[in-house]
Amino acid sequence: MRLEQVIKGLALAEVCPGTGVEREVSGAYCSDMLSDVMAHAQPGDVWITVQTHQNCVAVAMMAELTGVVLTRGMRPDPEMAEKASREGVALLTTGLTSFEVAGRLFCLLRQERGEC
Amino acid sequence: MQTPEERGEARLRLEFEVTGLDFATAGSAATRVKRALEHVGFSARAVRRAAITAYEAEMNIVIHARRGLLKVCVAPEAVVIVAADEGPGIADLELAMQEGFSTAPEDVREMGFGAGMGLPNMRRCSDHFTIQSVVGRGTTVRAVIKNDQVGGRGRGV
Ligand SMILES: Nc1ncnc2c1ncn2[C@@H]1O[C@H](COP(=O)(O)OP(=O)(O)O)[C@@H](O)[C@H]1O
Ligand SMILES: [Mg+2]
Repeated sequence: MRLEQVIKGLALAEVCPGTGVEREVSGAYCSDMLSDVMAHAQPGDVWITVQTHQNCVAVAMMAELTGVVLTRGMRPDPEMAEKASREGVALLTTGLTSFEVAGRLFCLLRQERGEC
Repeated sequence: MQTPEERGEARLRLEFEVTGLDFATAGSAATRVKRALEHVGFSARAVRRAAITAYEAEMNIVIHARRGLLKVCVAPEAVVIVAADEGPGIADLELAMQEGFSTAPEDVREMGFGAGMGLPNMRRCSDHFTIQSVVGRGTTVRAVIKNDQVGGRGRGV
């Protein structure tokens, strides 16, 4: 499923509109510890977190994640938004909790495979 | 005896200075290492393993040391990453290598660092991994990541 379908399906707000929206989402990883994401997120995953600082952009790049979703109404630090836009990393926000985003995305991806 | 260069085996060398507690530029060395490996055509898997290793090594200098150098040597068959720092060093290497052990301060933990998974991540992502440390002087980690002959982007490193 393309990121733009996930954005639409979960009504996520785009910090840098259009950035990376055509990339494929293979799954998601939910964590607020950066090394945990490095260890367990898979390439193509979306990262669900409440971390809002610029170092998260490099983590997303190194781990080859499709995008970062900031949950529970968290706003990115200006440096994070600027770096994400400069590096072409999709940055999304939502008022939903990490639990809700993970649950909805899980269903969305399962539905696409006809499993839900 | 010919040098590797004379035999036509290109070696690309990169070197980055890393400064303790400089979170604004942290990650830029690893980002450049990743780009260089992509550029020379490393396999997707090797690029990702090297990028994670370089990032964790760079962040350990930023978080735990005063300053250091990240040195990278790229050959067609493998990349060698050496991170050498001036810092407090590590008293108990076996303990430091355990997943979950961290001495990162509270403010750094709030940023999501300090999971105590950096050194285990480096070891897991590399084909050879060594760490040496002298308390009061500094720490040197060396990681070798082989380039896979058969490419292919599997899930996971
Ligand atoms: N370059 C370094 N200089 C001094 N101590 C270090 C260095 N790298 C790692 N350590 C020590 O080893 C511990 C574990 O490191 P690591 O696995 O990367 O976890 P974290 O960085 O999340 O604490 C650190 O908390 C620190 O005590
Ligand atoms: Mg670390």
